[in-house]
Amino acid sequence: MAFIQPFMAMMERDLRVLRRDLVPFLVRTAMQPFLFVFVFTYVQPKIGAGAPGFQDVLVPGLIASTVIFQGIQAVAIPLVMEFSQTREIEDRVMAPLPVWGIAAQKMTFAFLQSLLVVLVVFPLVYIVPVNTPHLDISPLVLVTIIPLGALLSASMGLLIGTAVNPRQITLVFALIVMPLTFLGAVYYPWSQLEAIRWLQVITLLNPLVYLSEGLRGALTPQYGHMNYVAVYAGLIVCCVGCTWGGVHMFAKRVLS
Amino acid sequence: MTTPQVEQQSPPRDNIPKQRLTIQTRRLTKVFPGGTRAVDALDLEIEDGEFFGLLGPNGAGKTTTIGMLTTRVVPTSGEMWIAGINVRTLQQEVKRIIGVVTQFNTLDRRLTAWENLYHHGRYFGLSRSDSRREATHVLELVRLEERRNSLVDALSGGMQQRLLIGRALVHRPEVLFLDEPTTGIDPQGRLALWDILLQLHREGQTILLTTHYMEEAERLCQRVAIMDHGKILAMGSPDELKGSVGAETIMTLQAEPITPAFIAALKGISGVHSVEEGPRGLQVFAGDSRRLIPQIAETALAQDVELSDISVSTPTLETVFMRLTGRELRD
Repeated sequence: MAFIQPFMAMMERDLRVLRRDLVPFLVRTAMQPFLFVFVFTYVQPKIGAGAPGFQDVLVPGLIASTVIFQGIQAVAIPLVMEFSQTREIEDRVMAPLPVWGIAAQKMTFAFLQSLLVVLVVFPLVYIVPVNTPHLDISPLVLVTIIPLGALLSASMGLLIGTAVNPRQITLVFALIVMPLTFLGAVYYPWSQLEAIRWLQVITLLNPLVYLSEGLRGALTPQYGHMNYVAVYAGLIVCCVGCTWGGVHMFAKRVLS
Repeated sequence: MTTPQVEQQSPPRDNIPKQRLTIQTRRLTKVFPGGTRAVDALDLEIEDGEFFGLLGPNGAGKTTTIGMLTTRVVPTSGEMWIAGINVRTLQQEVKRIIGVVTQFNTLDRRLTAWENLYHHGRYFGLSRSDSRREATHVLELVRLEERRNSLVDALSGGMQQRLLIGRALVHRPEVLFLDEPTTGIDPQGRLALWDILLQLHREGQTILLTTHYMEEAERLCQRVAIMDHGKILAMGSPDELKGSVGAETIMTLQAEPITPAFIAALKGISGVHSVEEGPRGLQVFAGDSRRLIPQIAETALAQDVELSDISVSTPTLETVFMRLTGRELRD
């Protein structure tokens, strides 16, 4: 396998850059979920506002949204730049690795980074709230959903990073990131959307819903969660679709 | 995704007709979607150790040619080999033995100068210690030892260009491809870069360079192919190409009006080989110019043509290009 060597060498490069940028990486990753739990589960209860149990709802929701956001921030945006402004990708393509191998390397590193994000966010959302979240952990679900979530993040990052051009980056936030997170069953369980049936159906198109609901089943099943078959099927379909699209677009962008 | 579109024709390494050919193309063609025929049935043979230049204006097909030879552009038809390896079918093998400097600055902005070289070596299968050693060696070669720990953005344009070339050399490629390497670099930076390239050539490096600067092709290349609209119009050493003009001097006249009678009268002057209307004026191709200038002036007077300027030059690759295409190299 002549491809393993260049593949690992690119991992080595990415690791060096991550080590160097570790502090900014952690700050960037942690800030949004930290502020969210701080305001809604620390400040609000202290001043007599806020909904009871909200800290429990936020644990799976914020882990899921941070993991997906990570894929966009750490994979998609750098990739957009590498394709246009810096053209770095053209050098990577000259390494003795097929084009799909380069895309696979990008995804693999993004996958590992997403796992790291889980390790950062989990303690935050657990420790910060005034009322410690009540968790009822299903280990088997947890250890299968988290890698699927990391893979979803990596593949979405690849797809968005290859499909978007630099001028559209701000639009990506407005049209993709915002609706995805606000309507991703992050701040409420999806099952409770029965009251707004049309929204419940439409948000099935949002990959984040399956991840939030999967984690909800793994961590806080007492609030109800989407059927596991739907969760796993949804996650797998989204991962396969985004990976296929991402690798396809990647090849299209680098070869003419 | 990278599957070749035609069946593999001939040869593995030992079937190549000429053993010392490092680059060979046969009727290499690229038609882009939309119908632009960027490269048209190109036949190229570049020998081991040769410094070869593709000279032509923007849009001549130079970059597309390099793109195909370096696996980034999929050819529409034709075949090509590098060191006997079929570029269409054995892309990864070819990538291992070529060094590529594209038109764009593709340096890794998040790494230092030395790290750019080190990691490049690692991508190409060098061990950690070999890659460390090569990175340091190449940094000296491109005269950037003192900027070893600078991030890319802290280097000047000329330094970045030298680093790009250095990076393409870390894995000791058999062929170095340089696509317009001095575009956008100040004259001093250009001279420094030329020095490095000439040194590489003396050490036996095979180099294929594209440029639209005729001085660059003249100064560096052993052989030059003049390219336009995807085809090679002329090929030879710079001296051979300039010799093809068939004149020692070219006098460019600014005259008004240019009448057929005036042109005929100029052609009648002894020592004048030919007269052509070019983009910069009326061009008189001749032998020794000194005694001709008064005669040209007299002819103009006799023909009632107002002569505002005569400039004298010797043939350059630019002249060759102009005679072949009727256009200037730099539009």
